[in-house]
Amino acid sequence: MSQSLKNVIKQAEQIILGKPQQIRLALACLLARGHLLIEDMPGVGKTTLAQVLARSLNLQFQRIQFTSDLLPADILGVSVYQRDNEKFEFHPGPIFAQMILADEVNRATPKAQSALLEAMEEQQVTIEGTTRPLPAPFFVIATQNPLHQAGTFPLPESQLDRFLMRIQMGYPDAQAERGLLSGVDRRELIAGLGPQMESAELLALQQRVRQVFASPALLDYLQAILRHTREAARYTHGLSPRAGLALLSAARAWALLDEREAVIPEDVQAVLPGVVSHRLQAAGEYQKQNSDTLARELIEAVAIP
Amino acid sequence: MSKALLYGLLLSILMVSAPHADHLPPWVSALCAALLAWRAYLAHSGGALPMRWLLLTITFASVGGILIEFRTLFGREVGVTLLILLTTLKFMELRGPRDAMVLVYLACFIIITNFFYSQSIPSALYMLATLLVTTTAWVHLHGQSIPLGGRLRIASVLLLQAIPLMLILFVLFPRVQGPLWGLPQDAFASTGLDDKMAPGSFARLSLSEEVAFRVGYAGQTPLREQMYWRGPVLWEFDGRTWTPGEAVAPAAPQFTDTTQPIDYSVTLEPHNKTWLFALDMPDRLSIPARLTHDFRILRKDPVKARLRYEARSHLGYRANPNEAKRQIQRALQLPPSFNPRTRQLAAGWRADSMDDNAVVRAALAHFSQQNFRYTLQPPPLGAHSVDEFLFETRQGFCEHYASSFVFLMRAAQIPARVVTGYQGGEFNALGNYYIVRQSDAHAWAEVWLPGQGWVRIDPTAAIAPGRIERGLSAAVTDAAALPFMARNPPDWMRKLRLNWDALANQWNQWVLGYDTERQFAFLTRLGMESVTWQKMALNMMAGVAFIVALFALFMLRHLFKRQPDKVQAAWLKLCRRLAKAGLPRAAHEGAQDYAARVAAARPDLADAIGEVAARYTALRYENRFDPASLQAFQRMVAAFKL
Repeated sequence: MSQSLKNVIKQAEQIILGKPQQIRLALACLLARGHLLIEDMPGVGKTTLAQVLARSLNLQFQRIQFTSDLLPADILGVSVYQRDNEKFEFHPGPIFAQMILADEVNRATPKAQSALLEAMEEQQVTIEGTTRPLPAPFFVIATQNPLHQAGTFPLPESQLDRFLMRIQMGYPDAQAERGLLSGVDRRELIAGLGPQMESAELLALQQRVRQVFASPALLDYLQAILRHTREAARYTHGLSPRAGLALLSAARAWALLDEREAVIPEDVQAVLPGVVSHRLQAAGEYQKQNSDTLARELIEAVAIP
Repeated sequence: MSKALLYGLLLSILMVSAPHADHLPPWVSALCAALLAWRAYLAHSGGALPMRWLLLTITFASVGGILIEFRTLFGREVGVTLLILLTTLKFMELRGPRDAMVLVYLACFIIITNFFYSQSIPSALYMLATLLVTTTAWVHLHGQSIPLGGRLRIASVLLLQAIPLMLILFVLFPRVQGPLWGLPQDAFASTGLDDKMAPGSFARLSLSEEVAFRVGYAGQTPLREQMYWRGPVLWEFDGRTWTPGEAVAPAAPQFTDTTQPIDYSVTLEPHNKTWLFALDMPDRLSIPARLTHDFRILRKDPVKARLRYEARSHLGYRANPNEAKRQIQRALQLPPSFNPRTRQLAAGWRADSMDDNAVVRAALAHFSQQNFRYTLQPPPLGAHSVDEFLFETRQGFCEHYASSFVFLMRAAQIPARVVTGYQGGEFNALGNYYIVRQSDAHAWAEVWLPGQGWVRIDPTAAIAPGRIERGLSAAVTDAAALPFMARNPPDWMRKLRLNWDALANQWNQWVLGYDTERQFAFLTRLGMESVTWQKMALNMMAGVAFIVALFALFMLRHLFKRQPDKVQAAWLKLCRRLAKAGLPRAAHEGAQDYAARVAAARPDLADAIGEVAARYTALRYENRFDPASLQAFQRMVAAFKL
């Protein structure tokens, strides 16, 4: 692993205390060219994580606050008539940035949501008949409030699938919380962060992730997991082939973060909760389980071949 | 380019060119040897290669020399000479792998040219050896780090893999009759029976152990003393030499009262003459040829390639019982004023009896009673050769007896002629055929008796019956003059020679003699209906594709089957041992996690389990599988102490 990547992790851990796993998952997601959905209560550091990553990786950062009156044009941009040269001129929206924090996506209407999600999927936007590519790297961190509030539009399963991972921040432990409370203001700290990596290096790392070796034995394991979700009675439906690909590329990124050239089952297990929790739904009597338990049970149910 | 590779290529070129040395112009052989030696020296000393202008000068000078020597740049001899010369020169500018590749191809091509000159089993085996050396050099070119043994092994495997392809191509490649596929006509030298007979000509021939032809009998085998293989018939005598003479107006042979038919097949070695050999008297032949009035079989063109034919002869016959007057006259001609004593002797017999048979008996009795000797080294004869032989030296070989007997008959007014050919042969039980060698060459006589036609009389049989019944070495009084193998070789040596000849015969019949006809017959027997060359070509391509696909599947089998089950087996064994020690691995637990857990529970095992797990992970999940690290892992597991 490059020194700069280590520095990124170190820097993030200094600001987001007690959440090394979440930081690594977010980075793995970024390296695997996926998008991240963070689902948690307000005030647990979702925005901070996005800001820290954007700063450390020297990415253009844009934040879009999703509200119920948000229109697609507010995300994508709009053409405005210029009187001087008698032409329409395109004003790019906030989506034209390298890192987007889409805050509280479930508060916007499905129309606005899908404008974002389509851009995420296709790495380009088509506005008024013109296709415009989005910058690379392009990484979206969306946050979602899990509380069932009136006037929200939870993302449907098909849209959830667009996110490589869904993670939860969770409360900090006592020691981390003490550090948080006794330390300097986070906003000041973020302002003082320096870039640790150029975007060219990030693109090269994304390329290297694709070359991490997945042996036949590892693919056997991956397939065993997929088969189990499709055959076991406790899930409403099994994992899709796209979910399998997502699992593999996330595991590759994890292996790279672990400084390995090949994926091992532990990598798969590490990323599995993040990758499958928003794609799997417990059926019947298991519905009450939270998604973490579901993922852990899945890991324990499948023997490594 | 490594020295070893260079020496390998040198050896290969040397081996493929060596058989050509005796038919290249001597100065070309010497030049090539010098150039190769020079290159070897440069490789050894690490010196710089010669300048381009020097090479160009040598090239143009030697091509000019070849042009002067052969007066052409086309044809087999010139082509081979140029090929070898330019190949050797190519060596002088051998710098990179590309040049080496060209040399390998050239070496393969020179291997083919060797077959223009010899197609025997030993040369085929030698070419196989050169092919192995060349392929080894080729392997070396692509794998500089492979040791010599490994290169040889790879090359051998490659050649073995080529065998099925070779068989398919050999059997199915459409044989087309014509000059394109045939060998050059001058590819075969000729030795053997001539159509002239002078004292000494058969004795010389009898020293040769070369095969004249091979005979397989289809049904009944005649007795050895009946095996007279008829060749040129000689009518005219000039006092010393017998020749066929001018044939008078050709008439069809008359052939009646035939009994004892014999069917056989003859595989004739090329002798560059138009006549074929058949048993007395030939009747039917499987190939187009002409039967002359005196029962010779003539082909239109000289036999320049090995020829196989089936024939039927009749051992009992009456040949030309109504001979034309002119033929009778021809058979009574004698050169005037030679051999007066012989004429006198014959006239005396004729005066005693008017019966032709009695005269013949008297002549044979003369030979058997007057202390004649059958010898390979008769004393030289002067102008009256028959007189001197009959009355003074009394030592001769078959041509002396045949010649003097016919002379005696003609002097006694009995029509007679000399017949030459082969007599007898050696039976090869292994292949169930007879080998007729040049040493079996023989000359005998035919006399024409009224009502009986031409009757064979062999005067040699009167002096040395053993020659006809058992062969030359049993009959001559001075067998020591014969070549070793013709005398009385030890039994094992004779057997070895017969085995070898049987093998050579099969080789001739099935490999060299596999022509259009045989190919069609063979494919029909294999069940191919209505054989056409298109069908053969299609089958050939399909067969080649099948074999290549088969080998490809075999070589790429690791893509279909996974290897590391041994890795897993060793790992599971270790897990079971740890489970007995109270540290079972959960089914879903990865090696690293498990190792960490074991290390936490048993700090004494931390290092060992960490190493094993790392090795296991590398073998199973990394793209670095190799047998050596598998063995290391297996040893590690075996040595693991709880």
